[in-house]
Amino acid sequence: MSSRVTNARAALLSLALLAAFLGAWEFSARSGGSGGGAALDPEYAALLGAAAAQGGQTGFPMPSEIAARLWELVRDPFYIAGPNDQGIGIQLAYSLARVAAGFLLAAAVAIPLGFLIGMSPLLSAALNPFIQVLRPVSPLAWMPLALYTIKDSSISSIFVIFICSVWPMLLNTAFGVSSTRKEWLNVARTLEAGRLKTAWKVILPAAAPTILTGMRISIGIAWLVIVAAEMLVGGTGIGYWVWNQWNNLSLADIVIAILLIGIVGLLLDRLLGVLARAVAWAE
Amino acid sequence: MSNAYVSVEGIARRYPGATIFEDLWFSVNRGEFVCLVGHSGCGKTTVLNILAGLEAPSDGVVIVDGQEISGPSLDRAVIFQGHALMPWMTAEQNVAFALSCRHPSWPKAKLREAAQAALEKVGLGHAAQKKPAQLSGGMKQRVGIARALAIAPKMLLMDEPFSALDALTRGALQEEVSRLVTEADQTAFMITHDVDEAILLADRILLMTNGPDARLAEVVVNTLPRPRDRANLHHMPGYHELRDHILDFLITRSRTLAGKQPAGWDPKAVPEVRPAAPQITPPPPRAAA
Ligand SMILES: Nc1ncnc2c1ncn2[C@@H]1O[C@H](COP(=O)(O)OP(=O)(O)OP(=O)(O)O)[C@@H](O)[C@H]1O
Ligand SMILES: [Mg+2]
Repeated sequence: MSSRVTNARAALLSLALLAAFLGAWEFSARSGGSGGGAALDPEYAALLGAAAAQGGQTGFPMPSEIAARLWELVRDPFYIAGPNDQGIGIQLAYSLARVAAGFLLAAAVAIPLGFLIGMSPLLSAALNPFIQVLRPVSPLAWMPLALYTIKDSSISSIFVIFICSVWPMLLNTAFGVSSTRKEWLNVARTLEAGRLKTAWKVILPAAAPTILTGMRISIGIAWLVIVAAEMLVGGTGIGYWVWNQWNNLSLADIVIAILLIGIVGLLLDRLLGVLARAVAWAE
Repeated sequence: MSNAYVSVEGIARRYPGATIFEDLWFSVNRGEFVCLVGHSGCGKTTVLNILAGLEAPSDGVVIVDGQEISGPSLDRAVIFQGHALMPWMTAEQNVAFALSCRHPSWPKAKLREAAQAALEKVGLGHAAQKKPAQLSGGMKQRVGIARALAIAPKMLLMDEPFSALDALTRGALQEEVSRLVTEADQTAFMITHDVDEAILLADRILLMTNGPDARLAEVVVNTLPRPRDRANLHHMPGYHELRDHILDFLITRSRTLAGKQPAGWDPKAVPEVRPAAPQITPPPPRAAA
């Protein structure tokens, strides 16, 4: 009961904070004068590109402008008007498809391999140096190699997603498997359950929550990385769209993209959270 | 030795720099209930794990049914101290998992049915669909018992199965195990710290001295007649002699006998004593202190 009251209060406070923030933003943008284009340093203007030089949309957009633009975008999110002009829904779908492909490939590799590493101390010790060296490398550092060998920007970004999401899943699976309670393994041994049966019926369910934690971390990282990867390789996707709007100096679109990227990331995390709850067990 | 189902022949457990026990000899006959009593750390769990085949001894062998064991077997079911139920399975699934190992060809429906029946035998028919987290400590231990008995093992191995339970639940479960074991004429080996539990359940009680270098100091034959009833146990003639003898051992002799072997000590012929029936058997030769 009291927690429901707290929740309602927290929601109210959140709304109040949001309103205050947007109000202050709107107010300062209006009173500050948004026609700052004339004051732009010429070098900076050159850097900003043609749009700025032509005195296009400059200055920071107001929330009301952003809201209007958002409405425009979500009213028809899936239009296609040529290769460089597609709806924001389509762009998000491209990014999500790449993340899904890279993530699922990574899961298909990391979970079985993590299982082997977790079960075999020898394999664990042998592979550990490689994992330790490769794991801290920014996934974008792989991009040139990927582009060179794969020669396809879209598949290269899938590869980058694969690389960045493989490590948390690999390490968590190995950890979850290796920390399966000894007594459960002993139960399986005294029942003469075979290796496969033990792996499937005992170790996998025992490690499932840890594996899901790894998957949750991975999908978060993958969603972070896809934006950067698409900015780099261009073509399609929400990252490319952000870069494109930057070139158009359409800051309202960029704010909207940030908002949408955040919401999609939240939904992805929630999805994995639901899965994690499904395999969770309590002692 | 001819009737022995299990024959432990000179097993030892050594770690670098420490011998937990060595040259341990004893046997468990068919249908017999044997308890192992000794202080913490003397190596009881190690002995049980070796019997179960979960650990290999540093030395010596264990012969079961005329064959040297090389690993765990469905014929020797273990009831673990910490119930060791899989928390992601319901009570029924835990038992059914064991059954599916014993009978790989059984269809799911038959496994479920048999699991339900096994749970009913320990009075848990109503809790079959509950996960271990939803069960009390006593109920969990009951599921562990049902799981072990469901596979109809030739021998039951129990490592302090009730030590984590409150006295009331412990008493109820002791009677239950006593009943189930007697019904099935089950061969059983059990570790316990509870002297009354040993007197209630065991035909013979093995007394181990303190470690390191623990040894089997004495075999106490429990001559109290069956069926034994927890409520009346302490009224049985001979009960107090038996209890005092074991307590004396645990309090003083387990310590004073530790380490040194008396002259002429034969680890293969550990002295047998019958404290509960002093008038029938002549006083046995006591191991010298
Ligand atoms: N890896 C090891 N190295 C050295 N000594 C060990 C090792 N593992 C166990 N021991 C020792 O072996 C002895 C026997 O352990 P065990 O678990 O069999 O004792 P226990 O009689 O079952 O005790 P408890 O009644 O407390 O359960 C203990 O004294 C322990 O310290
Ligand atoms: Mg122990």
